[in-house]
Amino acid sequence: MSIEVRNLRKRFGDFTALDDVSLRFDQGELVALLGPSGCGKTTLLRIIAGLSRADSGDVLFDGNDASTRQPGDRQVGFVFQHYALFRHMSVFDNIAFGLQVKPRAQRPSKAEISRRVHALLQLVQLDWLADRFPSQLSGGQRQRIALARALAVEPRVLLLDEPFGALDAQVRKELRRWLRRLHDELQVTSIFVTHDQEEALEVSDRIVLMHQGQVMQQGTPQAVYQNPVSPFVYGFLGNVNRFDGVADRGRLHLGQATYRTADEASNAASNFIDAPEHAAVRDTPASAYVRPHELEIERYAHGRPGIAARLSRAWLSGGAARLELQQDEQPGLIEAELPLARFQALQLRQGEMLLLRPQQAHIFLHPMAPAQQLEK
Amino acid sequence: MTSLFSRRSQRVLPGFGLCMGFTLLYLGLIVLMPLSAAFIKTAALSWQEFGAAVSSPRVLASLQLTFGASLLAAAINGLAGLLLAWVLVRYRFPGRQLLDALIDLPFALPTAVAGIALTTLYAPNGWLGEPLSRFDIKPAFHPSGIVLALIFIGLPFVVRTVQPVLEEFERELEEAAACLGATRLQIFWRVILPTLLPALLTGFAMAFARAVGEYGSVVFIAGNIPMKTEVTALLIITRLEQYDYSGATALAVVMLLISLVMLLGINLLQAWTDRRAGRAEVAR
Repeated sequence: MSIEVRNLRKRFGDFTALDDVSLRFDQGELVALLGPSGCGKTTLLRIIAGLSRADSGDVLFDGNDASTRQPGDRQVGFVFQHYALFRHMSVFDNIAFGLQVKPRAQRPSKAEISRRVHALLQLVQLDWLADRFPSQLSGGQRQRIALARALAVEPRVLLLDEPFGALDAQVRKELRRWLRRLHDELQVTSIFVTHDQEEALEVSDRIVLMHQGQVMQQGTPQAVYQNPVSPFVYGFLGNVNRFDGVADRGRLHLGQATYRTADEASNAASNFIDAPEHAAVRDTPASAYVRPHELEIERYAHGRPGIAARLSRAWLSGGAARLELQQDEQPGLIEAELPLARFQALQLRQGEMLLLRPQQAHIFLHPMAPAQQLEK
Repeated sequence: MTSLFSRRSQRVLPGFGLCMGFTLLYLGLIVLMPLSAAFIKTAALSWQEFGAAVSSPRVLASLQLTFGASLLAAAINGLAGLLLAWVLVRYRFPGRQLLDALIDLPFALPTAVAGIALTTLYAPNGWLGEPLSRFDIKPAFHPSGIVLALIFIGLPFVVRTVQPVLEEFERELEEAAACLGATRLQIFWRVILPTLLPALLTGFAMAFARAVGEYGSVVFIAGNIPMKTEVTALLIITRLEQYDYSGATALAVVMLLISLVMLLGINLLQAWTDRRAGRAEVAR
C-alpha cells in the first residue's frame, strides 16, 4: 500500500511537532524517518497509524483519505520501542490477539489461528517460545514477538517506532539485518523511526531526514550522505569538521594565524580552501564542512599550503587510524581519519605540527545557513 | 528454590533474624493474643454448648446476613471503585483533587456518625427515603440499608488499591491493541482489566474484611430486627450485655473462622493473578 501525507501540521501547546509536512511512501518501500529527538518523526508515525490526529492536513492510503479512520481500520502494524507486549498473555496469545479480537464472522477457526501463530513464530525464528510469558524473554526476543504480533493481522503497512532503541548494540545490529531480510521477504511498505543515522543508512531504501517538524532532505542513503543540502544534515549524518572563514573569489579564507613549532620560532601561514562554486561571492562569512576521511595529512613544512594543527591524540579503529588535532589558539577539535598504512608510514608523534588539506569540502554561506543550525 | 528460612543468600542489608523476630513478636502481641483470647474464652464451653450457642436460627440468620451483605457491598465497591479510580486517573477536570480527597472521608468519619447520617437520609421521612418510599423502596431497617452502610465504609479500599496500578498502566498497550483491531470493549476486557485484577482483588478483600466486622455504621440503619436485620457483630454485643461472655466469643470464633477461610481463598486467587501480572515486572 502506498501512503501519502499532505500538509500535516501538529502542535502540542507551544511546541510545533509537525510544520507542513508532505511526504509519499511507495508500495514495498522501507523508509527511515531520521532526526534528533523532538523533530516530529514519532508524531508523524503516530498520525499515520491513527494513534494521533493532525491539527490539519491529510493522510491518504492508496490515494484514499484515511484521516478519520480508526487505528484498527487502517490495516497498519505498529511496533513500539518498548515492545508493548501484553504481560498477562503467553507469547502465543500475544500473537493470536489480533486474530482473536476479530468479529466472529471474520475470525479464523482455532486450528487456523494456531497454524498462523506458529507460522509467524517460525518467521521470527522463536517457535520454541510459544508458551513463555513476555517477562521471560530477552529484549531482542520481545521485539521479534512484537513484530510477529503486528504481522498477524496481515497489515498493509508496517510502522516501527524506534524498534531497536531499547536494545544493546550487538542485538541491535543483528536485528537490523534481520529486519532488512524480513522486509525483502514480505515486501510490505514499512516506515521506521530512528535517531541512529547508522541504522538508517544501513537498513533503509530511502531516508527522510527531519528537524524541528520539517523535512530537511530525503533520498537514498547514499545520496543523503554524500550530498547533504544543509549544515544540519551534514552534522547529523556522520562526523564532520567545520572550518569558519570568509568566502571570496572562489576561496574560503580561514585567516592568518601564527604557529609555533619546535624548529621555527614563528611563521605565518595563510590558509584557504578552494571553493570554485562560490567564484562570484565577495567577502561573505561562510563555513566549510569536511568529513574526517576527506582530510589529507602531512608533516608541517614551511610555505606548504594547508591548515596547520597539532596532533593531540591518535588511536586505531578497524582498518583506519583516527586522529584528534587542535589548532593553536582556536577552540574545538578537528577529527581526521587515515588509512592504517599511511598512518604507520608517517610515524606521527603526539604534539607534532601537521598540515591538513581537505580533499573535498562543502561550503555553506552564512546568510543562508546560520552557524547555529549545526546541532550535532 | 530456597528453604523456608533461607539465610544463606547474601543480602545487602543484614538483620533477617532480628526483623523476623520482631515481626513474629509484633504479630503475636497485636493480632494473635486478642484473637486467641477469644478462642480460650470459648473453650470454657463444651462442644454441645458451643454448638447451641452458634447454631440457633437467630445466629445463623445473622451470619448469613453479615457475610451476604458484606460480599454484596464489596462487589459493588469493586465495580464502583474501579470506575472512580478510572475517572480520577484518566481524566483531568476542575475539582479532581477535591474529589480525590473526598474518597478517603469514609475512613476519617466515626462510623457511628456515618450510620446516623445514613439513617436520617434513608428513613421513611428522610431526604432520600421519602421519595424512595413512594416506589416502595425502604432501605432503612432493611438489609439493603446494611449493604448501603457497608458500601459507604468500604469505598476507599478499591479506589486506593486500583488507582496506582492504573496510573502506571502503559498507554502503549491500549494503542497496540487498538492497532490490532480490538474494539474499545475488548481493549478494556482483555488488556486493561487483567492488569488491574490483582489490585482489584486486594481492594475487594479489604473492603469485604472491613464490612464483616463493621458495627457502628450498621446498627443505626439496620433497625436490628432479630432474624431480619441483625448482624453478627450486634448479636455479639447483645450477648455481652447479657453477661454471656462465652456465647459472645463463640460467635466471634465462628466469624473469625469463616473470614479466615474466605480471605485465604481471595489471597490464593490473588496470588495466582499476581504471578501472571508480576512476571512482567521482574524483567521490565
